[in-house]
Amino acid sequence: MKTMFDLNKIDAQGGGVDNTNQHAQQEVVNVLEVRNLNFYYGKFQGLKDINLNIEQGKVTAFIGPSGCGKSTLLRTLNRMYDLYPGQRAEGEINFFGENILAPGQDLNLLRSRIGMVFQKPTPFPMSIYENIAFGVRLYENLSRSEMDERVEWALNKAALWNEAKDKLNQSGLSLSGGQQQRLCIARGVAVKPSVILLDEPTSALDPISTGKVEELVHELKHEYTIAIVTHNMQQAARVSDYTAYMYLGNLVEFGKTDELFIKPKRKETEDYITGRFG
Amino acid sequence: MPDKHLSSQFDADLNSLSSRLLEMGGLVESQISTAMRAFTQMDLDTCNVVIENEKLVNDLEIQIDQACTEVIAKRQPTARDLRLVMAVSKAITNLERAGDEAERVAKRTKRLIEAGAAHNINVAEIRLSGQMAINLLRRSLDAFARLDTISAAEVVAEDRQIDEEFRGFVRKLMTYMAEDPHVISTGLDMLSIAKAIERIGDHAKNIAEFVIYVVKGADVRHIPHEDLVREATKP
Repeated sequence: MKTMFDLNKIDAQGGGVDNTNQHAQQEVVNVLEVRNLNFYYGKFQGLKDINLNIEQGKVTAFIGPSGCGKSTLLRTLNRMYDLYPGQRAEGEINFFGENILAPGQDLNLLRSRIGMVFQKPTPFPMSIYENIAFGVRLYENLSRSEMDERVEWALNKAALWNEAKDKLNQSGLSLSGGQQQRLCIARGVAVKPSVILLDEPTSALDPISTGKVEELVHELKHEYTIAIVTHNMQQAARVSDYTAYMYLGNLVEFGKTDELFIKPKRKETEDYITGRFG
Repeated sequence: MPDKHLSSQFDADLNSLSSRLLEMGGLVESQISTAMRAFTQMDLDTCNVVIENEKLVNDLEIQIDQACTEVIAKRQPTARDLRLVMAVSKAITNLERAGDEAERVAKRTKRLIEAGAAHNINVAEIRLSGQMAINLLRRSLDAFARLDTISAAEVVAEDRQIDEEFRGFVRKLMTYMAEDPHVISTGLDMLSIAKAIERIGDHAKNIAEFVIYVVKGADVRHIPHEDLVREATKP
């Protein structure tokens, strides 16, 4: 528990430095540093010696064919895999310098700092308002009016306020698929995490809703660090600053998105992104 | 492209872009050599053929550009595929301009013939650099067809020789005009023809640079020649 509060402090200091010291704005801050990460599903090794940094205030995309380990990697970043027996990770994932794979971490607190949105919209079977307030209540003690403000703020962040403000008491399940996904993003944002993990957030959505979620990613990256797994390579090219190409549990190439999509360094990456992968 | 796409239609689209570029290149090449023949033989009819055919070149430019736009809209090409589409689109602009220069040679030659001033000045340099320009354009298109960066780099180097010939001709022209003001009008037409040929060499050089861009992903425009050679020969 203590370690996680220390993390909050580090985060707050990081924010403070940005305001007071202009040079610090140029400095690259890595929110997450993955070091020699191996991951096992029982005997099967899903990730092989992964090393990469996730930079603060940027969008990092993970691409690769099905089964390459991109979702697995995302799930290690907030230890979502811990919910399943027989799955284990070795190595280090440093979140603001603190190894989150170390024993004794408060996982609930960790997941409030590193939120996640899944492929299929998963609103809770409760009202739109409660969908957002529920998570906030776990971590903070807010008055009714403060909670109202927080719900409005979160829905605004997820570009859903205008569509939902007149039906806050209706079930979250009454929304359309695209709206439900934005509600899930609002729910994630409401607890004010540092990092948002998006696991194929638009694969179940139509192009218009997809466009809205992508626009949202663009808006949110100014305040949050985002990691996104996507099957849609053009989406990775559109929304991300950095892209990681993974294959068979290995990180094949990691670099600036602009460079990776115009001049990838490795032939395997080129074959995949140009559609020569067979 | 060595490997095939999952979508064979995508392969067909890209191959068609390349082959239409070469088709247009062939047409421009023949425009230039016809224009040079018109100039060498001072033949009015040949001049008119070049001027007449210029619109075929323009039509091809529009068609190929349209095809490039369609590939981008339908396939969202990336990496080497994207570089190929971009390079084709730019190369045809250069070809179209080289075609314009061939037309300029034909028009100026026509004027010289009509003024009856065809043989006032020795034009060996123009003929020579005309041959060099045609040769250079052909080799730049060959390099594009075979995606051969080494010969593309050679084309870039040889464009300098055409520039050299052009400068030599300008010096000679100034002497002529200083000695005899009556040839100034002819001299200016000759200068325009020489400049057109020099520009064709530049367009060939640009196309060669695009070959290196497609294959190596390096933009080698406006960089020192040693750096260009280094990029072209990188493994």
